[in-house]
Amino acid sequence: MERIPKALIVLTWLTSAVFVVALYLVLFWAPQEAIMGDVQRVFYFHVAAGWVGGLAFLVTAIVGGIYLARGEQRWDRIAVASVEIGVVFTFINIVTGSIWARPIWNTWWTWDPRLVTATIMLLIYIAYIMLRQGIEDPDRRARFGAVYGIVGFISVPLTFLSIRIFRTIHPIVVGGSDPTALGAFNMTADMRVAFFFSLFTFTLIYVTLLWHRLRLQHLAEKIEERKLTALSA
Amino acid sequence: MPPTTEIVEHKIETSADGSLRAYLRSIGAIVWKDLAAEFRSRELIGAMLVFAALVILIFNFALELDIRTRETVTSGVLWVTFAFAGTLGLNRSMAIEKDRGCLDGLLLAPVDRSAIYFGKAIGNLFFMLIVEAIILPMYSVLYNVNLFQPGLILVILLGSIGYTAVGTLLASMAVQARTRDMLLPILLFPVLIPLLLAAVKASNGFLQGFEMAEIMPWINVMIAYDVIFIAVAFMVFDFVVEE
Repeated sequence: MERIPKALIVLTWLTSAVFVVALYLVLFWAPQEAIMGDVQRVFYFHVAAGWVGGLAFLVTAIVGGIYLARGEQRWDRIAVASVEIGVVFTFINIVTGSIWARPIWNTWWTWDPRLVTATIMLLIYIAYIMLRQGIEDPDRRARFGAVYGIVGFISVPLTFLSIRIFRTIHPIVVGGSDPTALGAFNMTADMRVAFFFSLFTFTLIYVTLLWHRLRLQHLAEKIEERKLTALSA
Repeated sequence: MPPTTEIVEHKIETSADGSLRAYLRSIGAIVWKDLAAEFRSRELIGAMLVFAALVILIFNFALELDIRTRETVTSGVLWVTFAFAGTLGLNRSMAIEKDRGCLDGLLLAPVDRSAIYFGKAIGNLFFMLIVEAIILPMYSVLYNVNLFQPGLILVILLGSIGYTAVGTLLASMAVQARTRDMLLPILLFPVLIPLLLAAVKASNGFLQGFEMAEIMPWINVMIAYDVIFIAVAFMVFDFVVEE
């Protein structure tokens, strides 16, 4: 049995501590938004989760390219771990958005470009996981995963830019605001601190989860190897 | 590794031939093979056509296509029909290659792998255009609308190019998976949505006689999509068929 590396234990505890601080900042420290009230606090983790989703898929596309160039399995391990985390966080992003939209837009869901592009992105990466499940040969699985990770990545910039290209009711808080958006607001300095700290926290969570997931993958492969040697002996 | 050096040597050889023409000829040969096989069996286009007709029939009952609804939904109905019929064709065209070991034969041929991709993609494009060329007059007669407008034809052409560019790449992955028939639409449709969206908007613009200024952005989206995905497929196809 391999022990968990010390650095990983430290990182995990650190991430937990940072997360508690982020919770405090978001829930108590940041001022209440004047019009929307407390529900605006969803915003901090909502954007952070979306950010981690995009980041994770970007990592998948990049390591996919490296895998195709070099053919080393470890890049593929990062790609699949990253997609799994990205899917979970994109889902969190959509659910928290829904919770915010209920009081502000008066509906859980609306067919707005941002919501649609985010959902497409989620579906693409669920398809990625299904594609991998359908292939047994590990080399081919890695190659196809890399190709689909690159092809599917187009959905990520599209999602990011959708509120900046199309007419939409989704607010753009970071970088410019559109008067037609419902629920837009300008961040105060304190809000900005909470916001950037949330981004930082979620990035840290991403790194920690990725490391744990890679370790898990490594152990699973070891078990597989042992099983094969035990069976052949 | 001897095989690698062999491939490298071969590539140098063909490029020394100054062989854009040879490259185009091998693409042409693959397209011709697909068309000849289809001309003899007629199974692919036949199935796509019957399926497309059925989809339109179902829409007819599901949406009650009376005159007023028709004006607004025609472009949507057409593109859903093309997209569904297209998947059927893509799956079949790659499955034929895989099942009878033809793909291995193609891969053994001393041509650049991307020539195989372009050959298959152009073949699929032909099938799709043939089906569309039959569906359009059929729809025009059934619902008494004139679909033969140069603008709409251009949109359909651009849409079909993008569709087959992505579709051929993803279909050649899907046929190698255990769950292949299920997999293709799941892989393909989410990636296609930007293209289909632009195609529906642009077609609708032409059908309802909007101004060009309103339609152009969508056409630009389609052109960009086509260029991006042809380039991506060209770069990664090698890895999809590699054994």
